[in-house]
Amino acid sequence: MPHNTVVTEIKQVTIRFSGDSGDGMQLSGTLFSTMSAIFGNEIATFPDYPAEIRAPQGSLQGVSGFQVRIGSKDVHNSGDKADVLVAMNPAALKVNAQYLKKGSIVLYDTDSFEKRDLEKALFTTDDPFAELKLESIQPIPIAITTLTKNSLEGLGLENKEILRSKNMFTLGVVCWLFNRPLEIADQLLAQKFAKKPKLVEANIKALTDGYNYGNNIHLTASTYRIDSVETAKGFYTDINGNMATAYGLIAAAEKAGLELFLGSYPITPASDILQELSARKDFGVKAMQMEDEIAGIATSVGASFAGCLAATSTSGPGLALKSEALGLAVMMELPLVVIDVQRGGPSTGLPTKSEQTDLNQALYGRNGESPVVVIAATSPTDCFESAFTASKIAVEHMTPVVLLTDGYIANGASAWKIPDMKDYPEIKPRYVQDYYKGDAESWRPYLRDEKTLVRYWAIPGTPKFTHRVGGLEKDYYTGVISSNPNNHQLMVNTRKKKVENIANFIPEQEVLGDKDADTLIVGWGGTYGHLLEAMNRVQSNGKKIAFTHFKHIMPLPKNTYDILKRYKKVIVAEQNNGQFASYLMSKFDDIKIHKFNRVEGQPFSVAELTDVFIEIMEKGK
Amino acid sequence: MEATKIKYTQKDYKSENAVRWCPGCGDYGILNSLHKAMAELNIDPHKIAVISGIGCSSRLPYYMNTYGMHTIHGRAAAIATGVKMANPELSVWVGTGDGDSMAIGGNHFIHAIRRNINLNILLFNNKIYGLTKGQYSPTSDKGFVSKSSPYGTVEEPFRPAELCFGARGNFFARAIDVDMKNTVEMLVAAEQHKGTSVVEVLQNCVIFNNGIHEKITDREWRADKTILLKHGEKMIFGENNDKGLVLDGWNLKAVTIGQDGYTIDDILVHDATTKDNTLHLKLALMCIEEGLPVAIGVIRSVESPSYEEEYMNQIAEVQKRKPKKSFTEFLLASANVWEMK
Repeated sequence: MPHNTVVTEIKQVTIRFSGDSGDGMQLSGTLFSTMSAIFGNEIATFPDYPAEIRAPQGSLQGVSGFQVRIGSKDVHNSGDKADVLVAMNPAALKVNAQYLKKGSIVLYDTDSFEKRDLEKALFTTDDPFAELKLESIQPIPIAITTLTKNSLEGLGLENKEILRSKNMFTLGVVCWLFNRPLEIADQLLAQKFAKKPKLVEANIKALTDGYNYGNNIHLTASTYRIDSVETAKGFYTDINGNMATAYGLIAAAEKAGLELFLGSYPITPASDILQELSARKDFGVKAMQMEDEIAGIATSVGASFAGCLAATSTSGPGLALKSEALGLAVMMELPLVVIDVQRGGPSTGLPTKSEQTDLNQALYGRNGESPVVVIAATSPTDCFESAFTASKIAVEHMTPVVLLTDGYIANGASAWKIPDMKDYPEIKPRYVQDYYKGDAESWRPYLRDEKTLVRYWAIPGTPKFTHRVGGLEKDYYTGVISSNPNNHQLMVNTRKKKVENIANFIPEQEVLGDKDADTLIVGWGGTYGHLLEAMNRVQSNGKKIAFTHFKHIMPLPKNTYDILKRYKKVIVAEQNNGQFASYLMSKFDDIKIHKFNRVEGQPFSVAELTDVFIEIMEKGK
Repeated sequence: MEATKIKYTQKDYKSENAVRWCPGCGDYGILNSLHKAMAELNIDPHKIAVISGIGCSSRLPYYMNTYGMHTIHGRAAAIATGVKMANPELSVWVGTGDGDSMAIGGNHFIHAIRRNINLNILLFNNKIYGLTKGQYSPTSDKGFVSKSSPYGTVEEPFRPAELCFGARGNFFARAIDVDMKNTVEMLVAAEQHKGTSVVEVLQNCVIFNNGIHEKITDREWRADKTILLKHGEKMIFGENNDKGLVLDGWNLKAVTIGQDGYTIDDILVHDATTKDNTLHLKLALMCIEEGLPVAIGVIRSVESPSYEEEYMNQIAEVQKRKPKKSFTEFLLASANVWEMK
C-alpha cells in the first residue's frame, strides 16, 4: 500500500505511557527510551508509579505511568506535560489528564473503555473526554485488546499471556508514530526475554503488528521524526540513578584498591542499589541484606573499621534509624558512604514520590556536634560521579559522607557515555603504615595529619597498630577516653575543621547563564535539569539570568559567598520548605534570598518555574 | 613455620589501660578468663577484634591489647558482623550484656545467630542495668524489684538460651564469672567452633544486684546446684558426684545413683553435637526451682557452615563462572550498549 502519511520534523516530544500497574507500561516506556537513545536522541525518563503493587484493576489508585522525553538536544529533564498519552484504561486517562498539553495525542484502548471500565474510574457519563474537559486533544481510538488477540492467535499462548502483550502492540503503534525502526526493539526484547523464546516471538509479533496497523490504516495524518544530532563518539548505555550510584561505588573501590561492602535493608526507592550490588559478586562486592536499617549501617561501620570501602543505602525513614550509628562513624572518624534516595516524607510519607526534604536530616540529624560531608547528585548519570566523589572524600578524609539522591533521578534514566576510568582521579586510603611519619610505638589512634586533620587508618590485621576506638570522647593526643572539658572542645573543633577543610579539595562553584545578570537561580541536587531548562526559557524571553547548582553542600565550595553576593536577587528553588535557603542564610547572613518551594512529590514544572522567576525578576524593578 | 610462631602469654592480650570496673565486679574474672583463653589459643593480638556495645560489660575492648571498638547500645553483633565480613581471617569477639543484647540489640543478636556468622558472643548476664544504675533488665525474674520496678516486674524474662536456640543457634555455653578454669575452656571452645558461638556468663553485679546468682554459684553449694556438662560424658553432678540426670518421659529428672533403683547406666550421656536441639534446650533451661541443677559448660556445639564462609564461596563460584573484568570492561559487556561513531 502506498504510504501517503506526511512526516513532520520535530525537535522534542514527551510521551506518557499509562495503564494499570500490571499493564507493562514501565516496560513499554523503558524500551521506547532505550531505542531512542540508541537511535541517537537525548532521553530523560520519569517512572511515576503507585506505592501499591497491584491496586484493584482499572482503579485510579492502580495507575502506573512512565514518561519519556526524547529530543535531538537539550533534554534536561523528563518534561512537564505530555504531547502524547497512551491510556490503557479510563483511570489512566483521568489520572493523567492534568499532565496533557493542549492538542496532545491520546492513544487509547477502546476495548477497555466500556461502561464498566468507566465506572471503575469513577466516571459518571459515557464520555470521559468531555467529562475531563479534554476538548482540544486528538483522540486516537484503537481496539488494542482485540487487535493483540488477533495478532497472537495460534501461537499457543494462554489468554493471560496474550493480554500481557498489549503493551507491545501499543509500543508498535508509538514506534510507527515516531518513525522508530523496530530492529532495535526486537534486539532489546530478545535480550530481555532471552530465557523465554516463546515470549520473544509473541512480543515481537505484537510489536510489529502494532507498527503495521498504524501504517496500514494511516492512523494519523502525520507521523513525526526527531533527528539525532552528533554526540561525542564512544560507547553508551542508558542508566538510571540507582544503577549509576551502585556503579560509582564499584568504580571507586576499584580505584582505591579496596573491597566494597554494602550493608543495607530494602526500602523504596533505594532497593535497586542493594539489588545491583548483591548481583556484583563478580567484582567481589560484599553486599548484605541486614535485619534492619540500623544493622545496615552498623555492619558498614564494622566493615569500614576492618578496611573496606563501606556504604549503606536507604531512604529518609531509614536515614532516621541510622543516625546514631552515623554519629558513631563521625566519632570514630571512619570512612563511610551513606546514600539517601530521598522520597516524600515525613514518616512513611509518599514512598514512590520524590522530594528534597532530607537535607536538614543529612546535615543536622544527629545528637551532639556531628559534622558530616553532604553531597547531592544532580542527575541520573551524575549519581555515578557523585558516588565516586563521595567515596573518594570518605576514604581520603576519614569521614562519613551522606550522598543525597532522590526518587526522581534514582528511577529516571538517561543515556550515559561509558567512562574510561583512566580519566578519574586516584583514591588513596590513609593507611597508617604509609602516612604516619613516626614509629608504631608512638602512634595513637587519634593522631592526625597536621594540615588536613585526617587521622590514619590502622586496619585490623596490621601488626603493631592494635588500638581501640569507640563512641566515647577520646583524648586528642593519647586516644584514651577523656571527658576533660578543654579536650572535648578541641575535639569538637577538630572534627568540624576537618570537614570544613574538605572545601580545599572540591571544585569551585560554577555559574551558568548571563554574565551581567542581576538575578541568580540557586538549586541543588536532582532538580538541575528542570532549573537549567527554566533558565533557558527565561533567557529566550529576552531576559538576563544566571544559574548555579550545588552538588557540594557540606562543605560548600569556597567561592559560594562571592557568587551569591554578586547578584541583586537570589532565588533558591527547592522541593522542600526552604532547607537549603535556610542553610545558606545561616552561613551568609547578609544575603537576601527569595524562596521558591514545592513539596508535591512531583518534579518541578519548568513552565511554573519560568513564570515565577520572571515574576520575581520584574518585581520591584 | 608453626614452630617458629611466637608463644603468647596472658599479658600480651592486656592493654595498658587501667581497668575501671567496680571492685568485686564479676567482670574482672571474665576478663581474666578471656586473656587466658586467648593465650591458650595463641592468636596474634593484631588478628583479634573485640567489639562491644554499651553497658558495663562493653568496656571490655579497652582492656584488650587487640583491635577493638566500643560502639553503641545494642549494635555490637551487627558491627562485628561487618568486621568479620570485611576480613574473615580475624578472630572476632563480641562483649555484651543482658540489656545490650537482649533488649535494645535483641534483633541483631538473633539474626547474627541465624546467619551463623563466625563470632564469639560473650553475654555477661547480671540480670540488671548496671551502668544506668539499677533498672531491671529483660533477664530479670518476674516480680524483681528495682529502681524502675519498685512494685516488682509483671513481665516474664528472656532466657538467653531460648533465644539462641529459637534462632537456630549452633553453639551455646554457660559459664560462671568466678569459675575461671571452666570459663577458659568454654571460651576456647567458642573460638574453635565455626559460626556464632554464644557464651552466657552468669555475672555478679556487686553494686546493684549483688548475689543474684548466689543460689546457684556459691562455692558452698555450687556442686549440688549446677552440673558441668562435657561432651561424651555422663551427666553427673553433686558434692559426691553421686547425682545424675535421667529422662523421665519427656522430662529431665535429677536422681541419686544407687537410690530408687537408678544405676550409673541410667544416667544420660551428654551429646553436644547432635543437630536436634530439643534436649539441649531442656538442659539449658534447667533451674533449681524445678529441682534440677543449672547447666554449665558447652551445652550445644554443632558443626554447620558459617555465613562468611558460604558467602566467600559464593563469590568464588561466581568469579569462576565470570572471569574478572575491569569496571570499564564490565560496562562494555553489559546489555544495552551502543556505539556512537
